[in-house]
Amino acid sequence: MGLTFFSTFGLRCTSLLTTNTGRVDGILQIFGSNDGFNRMGGKFMSTVRVLVGTRKGAFILTSDGKRKDWKVNGPHFAGWEMYHLKGSSADPNRIYASQTSGWFGQIIQRSDDGGKTWFQPGTPPGETTGPGGTPKGESNKFVYDAARAPLTTHQWYDGKQHPWEFKRVWHLEPSPSDPDTVYAGVEDAALFRSTDGGTSWHELSGLRGHGTGPNWQPGAGGLCLHTIILDPKDPNRMFIAISAAGAFRTDDGGKTWKPINRGLFSQYIPDPRAEVGHCVHHIAMNAGRPGVLFMQKHWDVMRSDDAGDNWHEVSGNLPTDFGFVIDVHAHEPETIYVVPIKSDGEHFVPDGKLRVYRSRTGGNEWEALTHGLPQANCYVNILRDAMAVDSLDSCGVYFGTTGGQVYCSADAGDTWNPIVRDLPAVLSVEVQTIA
Amino acid sequence: MTGATIRVVLPPHLRALAHVGSEIQLAISGPVTIRSVVDAVEASYPMLRGTIRDHLTQQRRPFLRFFACGEDVTHESPDAPLPEAVVSGAEPLLVVGAIAGG
Repeated sequence: MGLTFFSTFGLRCTSLLTTNTGRVDGILQIFGSNDGFNRMGGKFMSTVRVLVGTRKGAFILTSDGKRKDWKVNGPHFAGWEMYHLKGSSADPNRIYASQTSGWFGQIIQRSDDGGKTWFQPGTPPGETTGPGGTPKGESNKFVYDAARAPLTTHQWYDGKQHPWEFKRVWHLEPSPSDPDTVYAGVEDAALFRSTDGGTSWHELSGLRGHGTGPNWQPGAGGLCLHTIILDPKDPNRMFIAISAAGAFRTDDGGKTWKPINRGLFSQYIPDPRAEVGHCVHHIAMNAGRPGVLFMQKHWDVMRSDDAGDNWHEVSGNLPTDFGFVIDVHAHEPETIYVVPIKSDGEHFVPDGKLRVYRSRTGGNEWEALTHGLPQANCYVNILRDAMAVDSLDSCGVYFGTTGGQVYCSADAGDTWNPIVRDLPAVLSVEVQTIA
Repeated sequence: MTGATIRVVLPPHLRALAHVGSEIQLAISGPVTIRSVVDAVEASYPMLRGTIRDHLTQQRRPFLRFFACGEDVTHESPDAPLPEAVVSGAEPLLVVGAIAGG
């Protein structure tokens, strides 16, 4: 048949997500401690479940609270790009996954048994049609709210207006209180919500429609909404971030939104202090202190103490302040983690050394964490949703690389060990801490 | 042309999604065309909705092509009749994904 046309989308440059630490990650270990005994004196052993999305499938890594011996399960959905998997805090066995492909589009997968089996919501395994005319095959349908005419275009790379076109789901954020409610951040940038366990999706169009949408433009990785943070203390407050538009906040459950980019300075855009247009790579928040946000921008590590109304730089003594991931210690809200990347032209770690940087002062003063990480001839990247923390007493920190390694530190970053070394390029890492 | 049972060969990833083997058989009433075949695929295997053509625009996904009887019918009208050999079930309609890799 002479069929020889080729995939040309092998490279995703700047834009992949990280986990938002604002997450209430999985199920809190309420009484757990790192030695396997709880504070009440009884034998207690938590399970840590690491959900890894890669360019060629998903993997589930499990261990007990010691986090020394790991079981690797996968690949699930072999051959597909798994942009993100995340478990529900309200039901740890409920996991949502974004399965995507340049050939076949977007698929939403769901597990109700902790990742053992999966199905497309609305189409349970073995069923092709539903009882009572239940909608089927709708779970991968993301339709923009085109009823609002001003929402129909955004800025393209050449500055012209371009129609919004759905491409894929970058991030899935389950509600902390309802396992059937989940948010999806998509490319081209928009926020969707499902309240029926992922069976159907509806856009929260107030975000695209708040007024600045026509000025948003894609970064090299696409116009993606990659970060969703739900405020655990205020169900009406959400934070999202878009490359390259910036950060936005709603205080009314998603009806209305406002840009929260004051203080950001991006010299690669015509107006470095513009209201929108900043390439925010990721935002993280400690769930116990929801007003304080940390941001890894394209360049610059930033901090806000007023829920994003104002930002100031905390890059301090980092060797480079370009990067993708940022995360916050589960119990120490002033302890934050980044992985500096050499530059936006060289998406690998500087000097061939893989170093996580930790600040125990909320920024500005950073220390390199290297024990157990390669310190020569290493040229990997860590994409924006590829770092996570668990909630055990001794906070575990995890990250995955484009080289296919997933590293774990069971002691808040002091020492590191690879859980696996040879997975496909890692796109996302999330952690569930299950009592 | 009523009551045709036609054969469709899906690419491996779609077989996995639909939990089927390499070939499926579909009963189609009325004209057998690309559109009616994809309609029948989606009706019998709803999990494949949106994977062969876009939900909203109904446009074929750009990395997929259709072949019948050794011929590329990708760019035929979606309402053009497929070859008689496909209608009779003697030959399958092939849904083929672009070659991945080098």
